[in-house]
Amino acid sequence: MSRRWINLFTHLFTALTGMACALVILLVAIILGNIAYHGIPHLSWRFLTTAPSSGMTEGGIFPAIFGTAFLVLLMTIAVVPLGVCTAIYLQEYAPVKSKWVHLVRMAIQNLAGVPAIVFGLFGLGFFIEFVGRRVDQIFFSGQLYFGQPAIIWAALTMALLTLPTVVVSTEEALRVVPRSHREVAYALGATRWQMVWYVLLPQAIGGILTGTILAVSRGAGEVAPILFTGAAYYLPYLPSRLNQQFMELGYHVYVMATQSPDVDATKPILYSTVFVLLTLTFLLNFAAILIRSHIRRRLAAAR
Amino acid sequence: MEELLIMSQAALADSVLKKEEVPAPKIQTKDLALYYGNFRALKNVDISIPPQKITALIGPSGCGKSTLLRVFNRMNDLIRGVRISGQVFLDDQDIYHPDTDLIALRKRAGMVFQRPNPFPISVFKNVAYGPSIHGMASGRELESIVERHLRATGLWDDLKDKLHIPALSLSPEQQQRLCISRLLAVEPEVLLMDEPCSALDPIATARIEDLLFELKKDYTIVIVTHNMQQAARVSSSAGFMLLGELVEFGKTGQLFTNPIDPRTHDYITGRFG
Ligand SMILES: Nc1ncnc2c1ncn2[C@@H]1O[C@H](COP(=O)(O)OP(=O)(O)OP(=O)(O)O)[C@@H](O)[C@H]1O
Ligand SMILES: [Mg+2]
Repeated sequence: MSRRWINLFTHLFTALTGMACALVILLVAIILGNIAYHGIPHLSWRFLTTAPSSGMTEGGIFPAIFGTAFLVLLMTIAVVPLGVCTAIYLQEYAPVKSKWVHLVRMAIQNLAGVPAIVFGLFGLGFFIEFVGRRVDQIFFSGQLYFGQPAIIWAALTMALLTLPTVVVSTEEALRVVPRSHREVAYALGATRWQMVWYVLLPQAIGGILTGTILAVSRGAGEVAPILFTGAAYYLPYLPSRLNQQFMELGYHVYVMATQSPDVDATKPILYSTVFVLLTLTFLLNFAAILIRSHIRRRLAAAR
Repeated sequence: MEELLIMSQAALADSVLKKEEVPAPKIQTKDLALYYGNFRALKNVDISIPPQKITALIGPSGCGKSTLLRVFNRMNDLIRGVRISGQVFLDDQDIYHPDTDLIALRKRAGMVFQRPNPFPISVFKNVAYGPSIHGMASGRELESIVERHLRATGLWDDLKDKLHIPALSLSPEQQQRLCISRLLAVEPEVLLMDEPCSALDPIATARIEDLLFELKKDYTIVIVTHNMQQAARVSSSAGFMLLGELVEFGKTGQLFTNPIDPRTHDYITGRFG
C-alpha cells in the first residue's frame, strides 16, 4: 500500500473511533436531557413525601422510596458479611491455587453473568417455595407467613445478585495491601485472624465500601429479581415487618409505564420517578468512584 | 578500605584487651539446611549468635542472608514449599520442634525489614499494635508503653505532640525508627534486621547505627547488610555467606582484617560481590 492510502486509512480510522465516542456521549446526553427536561418540573417535596393516589395518576412516590431504602438496607446486611468473608477466605485462608478455590472463583464469576430474571425465579423457587414454606411448617404450624413474596426474600435474592460485586472489590482491596504488612504483623506475633482484623480490614475498608455502594446502586436499580419475590404493585401501608411486601422505585416505574389507567396523566409522574431513580443511582456510583480514587491516591502515596 | 581497617583494628584491640569469657549463645544453629522446593538456599550452617551483641551477616546478593535471618523467627514458614533440616536453638529451645508456639517465638524474636513499612495508621497505633494484639496493656498503661518505646528510638521528642498523625507522613528515617519502636513494644529479646538502612540516606543511616549501639545493651541484634563499612562499624561478630554457606564466622575485627578463608578475603577486598 502506498503512503497516501495508509494516511487516508489512519485518518478514517481516527474519525470513526471519534464518531463512535461522540455517538455514545450524544445518546447519554439525549436520555438524561429528556428525563431531566420532563422529570424536573413535576418534582417537589410533596412528590417525594406522599403516597400515590387516584390510580397513580396523582400523588407522590414516598412508599417506593421507602421500600427501596428498606430493601437495599436488608440486602446490604446480608451481602456485606457474606461477601467480605468469602473474599477473606479466598485471599487469605484458602490454599493458593487449589482446585477448590478455583471452583469458588468460577462460581462467583458465573454468578455475575446470570441474567437478573433468573435470580428472580431462583428467589421464588428457593427462598419462597423452599425456605419460606419450611419456616412456616416448622415455626407457624403451616400458616402462611414466610412462604409468600416478602421483602426479606427480595433482599436475599438481591444479595445473591450483588454478591460478586462485593467479593471482587473486597478481594481487590485485600490484594493491594502490601505483602510486607502481612509479614510485619506475623513478625510481631499476630495470629492470622489478628492480621486480618487489625491490618488487612482497616486497609481494605475503602474497597469494601466501594463494593457495597456499587452493590447498593445495582440493587436499587434492578427490577427483575424482586418481580416475583416481594415487590408490590401498590400498597396502602409501608412495610414494617420482614414478611411484608413492599413498593420499589424501579418496579413502580415499570408498573406506571405498563399498567396505568391513564397514560397521559401518569407521564409526568413517571418521568419524575425515573429522574429520582437515576439521581439516586448516579449519586451512589459517584460516591463509589470518589472513595475508590481516594484509595488509589492513598495507595500510590504508600508505595 | 583503609578507614575500615583502622576501625576494625580498634575493635580487634578492644576484644583482645577484654579477653571476656564466652557466654552461652542466644541463637545457635546446628547443621542447618533450607530448601525452597528443590533449591537448596542454605547448607551446613552452624552459627552461634552471642547475646546482647550486634552480629552482622554479609555476603553477595542471593547468598541466603535474608533466608538465614528469617529462619530465626520462622518467617520462612509463610512461604510454601520451604523445607528445613538441622536444628535451631533460641536459648535452649529448639524452635523447629513441632510443639513450638509460633506466636510466642515471634514475640521473642522480631523483625525489622528493608523498607520502612509502618501500617497506614497513626504513629500511636503503630506502636500500640503489638501490645494490643498480645493483650499486654491498654489505656494509660498502653500510652506509657508507647512513650517508652518512642523514646527508645529517639522519636518521642519530635512526635510527642502529634502522635495521631499518619505514620506514612513521617520521613523514611522516622518511619524506620517507628518500625523499630513498634517491634520493641512487644518486648522481644532478639531483633532481626534485614538491611534496615538500605532505604535511608547516609546521615539517617549513621543515626540508626547509633541507635543500634544503644539497643544492643538490652537486645541481641542480628543485622544483614550489604554495606561492609556498616558491618565493620556496628557489629562485634560477623559472618560471611556465599551460595548458602556460612563461609566464615568470627569476631568482626578478625573477619575484616585477617580472614581465614580466601573467599572471605576476596569478598572484603572487593574482588567479587
Ligand atoms: N521464596 C523463595 N522461593 C524460591 N527461592 C527463593 C525464595 N526466596 C529466596 N530464594 C532464593 O534463595 C536464595 C537466597 O535468597 P536470600 O533472599 O536469602 O538472599 P540474600 O542474601 O538476602 O540476597 P539479597 O542481598 O539480594 O537480599 C536466592 O538464590 C533466592 O533466589
Ligand atoms: Mg536479602
